[in-house]
Amino acid sequence: MAEEATFRVKTGLAEMLKGGVIMDVVDAEQAKIAEDAGACAVMALERVPADIRRDGGVARMSNPRMIKEIQDAVSIPVMAKVRIGHFVEAQVLQSLSIDFIDESEVLTPADETNHVDKFEFDAPFVCGATNLGEALRRIGEGAAMIRSKGEAGTGNVVEAVRHMREIVGGIKRLGTLSSTELPTAAKELQAPLELVREVATSGWLPVPVFCAGGIATPADAALMMQLGAEGNFVGSGIFKSDDPERRAKAIVEATTHFNDADRIAAASEQLGEAMPGIEMAALGEDGRLASRGW
Amino acid sequence: MPAAAGSETGAAEIKPRIGVLAVQGGFQRHVEHLELAGADPFEVRLPVDLEGLDGLILPGGESTTIVMGIENAGLAPAILAHHEAGRPILGTCAGMIVAGREHLGLIDITTKRNAFGRQLASFEDDIEVDGVLEGTIRAVFIRAPWVESTGEGVKVLSEVRDHPVAVRQGTVTALSFHPELTPDNRIHKWFTGACTA
Repeated sequence: MAEEATFRVKTGLAEMLKGGVIMDVVDAEQAKIAEDAGACAVMALERVPADIRRDGGVARMSNPRMIKEIQDAVSIPVMAKVRIGHFVEAQVLQSLSIDFIDESEVLTPADETNHVDKFEFDAPFVCGATNLGEALRRIGEGAAMIRSKGEAGTGNVVEAVRHMREIVGGIKRLGTLSSTELPTAAKELQAPLELVREVATSGWLPVPVFCAGGIATPADAALMMQLGAEGNFVGSGIFKSDDPERRAKAIVEATTHFNDADRIAAASEQLGEAMPGIEMAALGEDGRLASRGW
Repeated sequence: MPAAAGSETGAAEIKPRIGVLAVQGGFQRHVEHLELAGADPFEVRLPVDLEGLDGLILPGGESTTIVMGIENAGLAPAILAHHEAGRPILGTCAGMIVAGREHLGLIDITTKRNAFGRQLASFEDDIEVDGVLEGTIRAVFIRAPWVESTGEGVKVLSEVRDHPVAVRQGTVTALSFHPELTPDNRIHKWFTGACTA
């Protein structure tokens, strides 16, 4: 019997994005540049995170017309963001036949207690996480893909490194525990016990894990892959740089050949200036997007 | 123990070395399936990685990205040489597109990308694959292509909604779906066998 929207069909698309780069784009023209540079998908949004930071105010789901224009411009999958907990924005994106929904801390949260019940939707969801417990809570709500939160729009990879190490380290620690210890581990992680057991046995999450939040250079992209990311999201890092086309190609190259320093070096030449970065201390606690989500 | 070690490296124990193109996409699951099927899998990113392979899998992923990655790494001549030496190739999903006439030309087919529609139209279903396995297999189609036209000598092994989704010509087999996304190991066992012969 034919079935659509099974969990396997949802995670299946995430599996196909592995080893690739998903790029933030704000219009059809940027989407085309991203596709031509080798992006495996694009994230359609009205403002890249660096501009959301600069402008302030409430950041919401993108205009459906802009999303449709991007869908018409490229043949690769198109993703878009909804505010945390804003299930009607998710319903709208699904009605546009979006390929993937990002329930994202980069937008202003709509619900300070609950995330979207992602099992209710046929479209797959990706969610951010800062550690293993958060990743497993999102998977428990139906997420088909996890990404590190990092600190979007900063061009500073330090938080993405922290989150990826937390997630991968958390998985390794679970693997060292006996079955008797897993219920307590689940309590401490505030994560569903069934998922904790699954991760302890398999040694990985039941969904792909990507990096997001702060990648600005080819070396950043390769660093995250070597730390265990299975692919990369790049937001402001491409279209806030001097030469987006070349930088996009170079980050794609470094994501594929992440263990090949000669190729990363060659890709890093003549890229022009990277986006200007922001030191974490300069953000203050209120400026941190990663603390959104629960 | 020397004796045991000797028997493990005996001729009957040699595993076929099967490359999985690892430019982008779902290559990791293929590697896991090949290990279970008794092959010695190897991730292929550069032309040198194709040396000494008994078979090659072109996995799913984004075909535009994979085609660009093949070009950037200069992989096409090495893949064609592998093919011309008569070594088997299996393409799945984007790998089917890449193997077709519009790209590497390993098999005389043209394909339609995202033929079933966007992700919301992705599905799984039980299908038969003639000459590859008995009974049916649960096939997962993700933004899948289908075969639009076939040249002479291309055998259609399976159809869904009146379009070919599994085809073979000589040593090249192409599937629209993802045998690596289910626990069923039969297609990888079959391909490992084909690479051993």
